[in-house]
Amino acid sequence: MKPLLTVSNLSRDFVKSLDMVAKLLNKMGQDYREEIVHAVDDVSFEVFKGEIVGVVGESGCGKSTLGRMVAGILPPTKGSVHFDSSQSQNQSIPDALRTQMIFQDPFSSLNPRKRVIDIITEAPLYHKLINPAQKHEFATEIMHRVGLDSEAMQRYPHQFSGGQRQRIGIARALAVSPEFLVCDESIAALDVSIQAQILNLFVALKDQLNLTYLFISHDIGVIEHISDRVIVMYLGRIVETAPIEAFTKQPNHPYTKALLEGVPRLEVGKRDYEPISGEIPSPLAPPTGCHFHPRCKFATDRCKSERPALREIAPQHFSACHLNDEA
Amino acid sequence: MAPILQIKDLQTHFFTKAGTLKAVDGVSLEIGAGEIVGLVGESGSGKSITGFSIIGLVDAPGRIVGGEILFKGQNLTNLSPQQMQQFRGNRVAMIFQDPMMTLNPVLRVETQMIEAIQAHDPSISRADAHARSRDALGLVGISSPEERMRAYPHQFSGGMRQRVSIAIAMLNRPDLIIADEPTTALDVTIQGQVIHEMQRLCRETKTALLWITHDLAVVAGIAERICVMYAGRIVEQGSNAKVIADPMHPYTRGLLGSVPGQNRRGEPLQQIEGMVPSLLNLPQGCAFQNRCSAVTERCSLAPPDATLTDDGRLVRCFNIAQGDTA
Repeated sequence: MKPLLTVSNLSRDFVKSLDMVAKLLNKMGQDYREEIVHAVDDVSFEVFKGEIVGVVGESGCGKSTLGRMVAGILPPTKGSVHFDSSQSQNQSIPDALRTQMIFQDPFSSLNPRKRVIDIITEAPLYHKLINPAQKHEFATEIMHRVGLDSEAMQRYPHQFSGGQRQRIGIARALAVSPEFLVCDESIAALDVSIQAQILNLFVALKDQLNLTYLFISHDIGVIEHISDRVIVMYLGRIVETAPIEAFTKQPNHPYTKALLEGVPRLEVGKRDYEPISGEIPSPLAPPTGCHFHPRCKFATDRCKSERPALREIAPQHFSACHLNDEA
Repeated sequence: MAPILQIKDLQTHFFTKAGTLKAVDGVSLEIGAGEIVGLVGESGSGKSITGFSIIGLVDAPGRIVGGEILFKGQNLTNLSPQQMQQFRGNRVAMIFQDPMMTLNPVLRVETQMIEAIQAHDPSISRADAHARSRDALGLVGISSPEERMRAYPHQFSGGMRQRVSIAIAMLNRPDLIIADEPTTALDVTIQGQVIHEMQRLCRETKTALLWITHDLAVVAGIAERICVMYAGRIVEQGSNAKVIADPMHPYTRGLLGSVPGQNRRGEPLQQIEGMVPSLLNLPQGCAFQNRCSAVTERCSLAPPDATLTDDGRLVRCFNIAQGDTA
């Protein structure tokens, strides 16, 4: 089976250019370098049609940058994102519309001065997927699909609650009949009971519309619930990719293990936390070799100098850890 | 053993132009020494205002209009602002969600910590206060505290800043700490570290802790007792194990059912329909009635009183027996 989305050797650097003073001092013989953050560092993976791939990691691991590059909002520094449009039923849609993104904050991602009907129909009108006469009917249908009352289509975003606003964001993304959705922390800003509603909506939409998701979240509970396959990122690199069963039952990378240990769980009940030590290093000066070695219990000298490659340790299960070589 | 804190029928209302908003409406709870109590609720449930009421930080147009907050027998609602100021940060301390907002960005950590000590006891010399602050930083797991004291808040990472605010809260050896979403802004591994420190400190210093959060899983991991709040009232209160394993109130059941995780893969999450009603026009009767799956006619007539169940829980629901079998 051919993958729907192929991401190969994708990297994105953010460069903080030198200010006037530093340039001047450089001319006077000082050595000031530009500061570079490798937000995403040589990342490759594939997503198959109908899959939900979860991306999990802590802040600064590059998961959002990755999502934005996949969605085409942010150009990569190196590497490519290839979307196989030959697999879709509808060939008339421009390729750029096939991937849509749903954002974290339902407050800042909607234009406060536009009515809901205009927010939803703007893109399909622009791309001539519908004509202006169909606007009302089209908005009604989409709003029903995401569980919004179509009576409310003349309202402005501020007249809705957080959960409803997130539904508007989803309706906007669905308006151009995408096949691939990138959800970047799409439920993180919502209350628990509303989170459940939106999560259920995502799953229902996937079945109805035959969607494929890249689901980015810091919340491991959410990832475990929804994904078929999980990508674990740490400081811009993929440390482990695993099918969901392997992720929950046989995590390989020490970081994945630590992450799973640290998650508060209802089933476990009261317990003493035994956290992994150390902090997430600054992406401006990441550790050499394996990024995780300063916090890793099993770190050896090799981990300090050599970057571990992502290798397949079981079918579909990849991990980037030197420990796998010795075993 | 007498509890450190006893709240009896606390009512904190906000008098807005649109009407009276009953943010906290008849909350009663107790915390004993060294005990960790979790106060759980969604946004707008009044959990933070309960915390603010205890420490006397409710701003106009809000006011405590009824009930008692007894701290070791002393009623805090009668204290003058000056007395409250001495009390706050001394006997009771608070930790907030975002340490960047609570630490002063233009002062060194050292200055802020010494200030917190001397504000409550001017007789302590600067050197002594410095030593105490340094020890406090070491206690919450900050390495090389002597150097880190000279740093400004922005030079710390989020987790480290939260440790600093925990250290400041612990400075005067309070009997009670109110922690309002202390780990919500933190990453998983860092959250684990902060929880670990808090658990240890409570155990070692016998400090009581009121942990306010929306995250049931966190509370399930640390609290001895759990209070679930909805629309200004505690709807269920009981021991951790019982509330989590066998929730009695339909709202608690709904909340627990909506927590995603590996055990619920493939099945839709149990969701609570609708949303939290506006506190300005709560329905007559039970505030949860329009979202409740087990609603009866009786629920719309008058709000249910808290009923003490056989296993020592307080539940505000008419249909507890029915909930048990469901």
